Amino acid sequence: MADSYYDPADLRKFGKITEWSEELGNKFFDYYGKVFEEGALSAREKSLIALAVAHVVKCPYCIDAYTKDGLQKGITKEEMMEAVHAGAAIESGATLVHGVQMMNKYNKLSM
Amino acid sequence: MLGIFGIFSGKAPSFVIFYGYDVLTIEYTVRMATKSLKARHSALVTENKQLEILEGGIFHKGELPYFKDKIAQIGHFPLRPKKLEILQINVGYMCNQVCEHCHVDAGPDRKEIMTKETMEQCLEVIRNTGAHTLDLTGGAPEMNPNFRWFVEEAAKAGIKDFIVRSNLTIIRANKKYYDLPHFFKKHNIHVISSMPHYTRGKTDKQRGEGVFDLSIRALQELNAVGYGMPESSLRLDLVYNPSGAFLPGDQVAMERDFKKALKVDFDIDFHNLFAITNLPIARFLDYLIASGNYEDYMYSLVEAYNPKAVANVMCTNTISVSWDGWLYDCDFNQMLGLKVASKIKHIKDYHEDILNDRNILISQHCYGCTAGAGSSCQGSVA
Repeated sequence: MADSYYDPADLRKFGKITEWSEELGNKFFDYYGKVFEEGALSAREKSLIALAVAHVVKCPYCIDAYTKDGLQKGITKEEMMEAVHAGAAIESGATLVHGVQMMNKYNKLSM
Repeated sequence: MLGIFGIFSGKAPSFVIFYGYDVLTIEYTVRMATKSLKARHSALVTENKQLEILEGGIFHKGELPYFKDKIAQIGHFPLRPKKLEILQINVGYMCNQVCEHCHVDAGPDRKEIMTKETMEQCLEVIRNTGAHTLDLTGGAPEMNPNFRWFVEEAAKAGIKDFIVRSNLTIIRANKKYYDLPHFFKKHNIHVISSMPHYTRGKTDKQRGEGVFDLSIRALQELNAVGYGMPESSLRLDLVYNPSGAFLPGDQVAMERDFKKALKVDFDIDFHNLFAITNLPIARFLDYLIASGNYEDYMYSLVEAYNPKAVANVMCTNTISVSWDGWLYDCDFNQMLGLKVASKIKHIKDYHEDILNDRNILISQHCYGCTAGAGSSCQGSVA
């Protein structure tokens, strides 16, 4: 066993999850591959969305993978950082919008 | 994977461009440049050391399969040439730039320049070859003092597609090169130029400070004489190779992005974009090892292995000739010192049929040409 929870080398082994559940693993990877193909959104746009989400879900593997993917697609570091901010803004907004619930509850309980 | 963050470490560009450096005259140099590996007496310069790295480590330990085993699975080992289509001649390693990724380890301090005598031997072959494409490369081929004479003579042989790989900045490097666009046009040269990105920052980081602006100006000058314009027969193609330890993206998508950005920002037109994978040799191998990216990069190459690309790898239709006339399966094997496995090893003894009856020499750098859509000097192959 590794002595830390995250090992960068584990990302390469992602495909091995199919070994313990072939059908579900393959279905996932087929779906995953299809999602990131060129469609109504370009593969480039989807890569930036994936990068933003990777940060929001705080997945180190995904951050590595989509930083590299962005470089491969010619995405600039300014574009990458803006995508991260877009994710961060939604995440902080999601926290702050609950402030309305707090305000509602405060007002309801107050005389 | 963490190594990829090295790219964002914010270090200053390691290589800068030379202005006005020439075989005969050194007019002015803007700033000190980093030298070629050879001038730095790097251990990696010895081809044997590079091959040792490519044969050993993760491949020797069995973590990753050898290239020969991979192609044997689909019946392509030994790898054999098909009909010869492209004669690629390297007229010298001298260059006005010192690019971070350069597999030739070219630079202003390289003195390996093709002599007129070797050029004569090449011309003899060009006049008689069955190849339809002649591809001049370097270094900056224009820096060879006999470059223009050689082009004029070679153009007379009536080769269908005559390519010069020009780094663009050479056109602006010294006033004696200013008329190159006209010279190329006069001889109907197909110009292929490197352009790592359509933004200044990424281009200058890979190729040196100031390269982007000079390249843009050179492209505009090529456009002005008709190169790269829609419907123009004066072909202008760009080469993209990644500025770091990652593989090139989809060639079609990259071409679309480049065309849009260069047109909107600079009113530049060009024909095609070739996405080329950096092969793990010479200066790029040095970078991969120094930045801790070597293993991840080799994993990426092997993971992206595409059996469909194997049948069309460029060594199956190309012969590479070095500045001193030796023959190689490709430009990369030339840099590794792997001369063709044939009794014909030099341009002076050239015999196309005997030469074509050979086994192509391979090592793990070959994964670079079979990754994804495949990679060659003419872009994707699969």
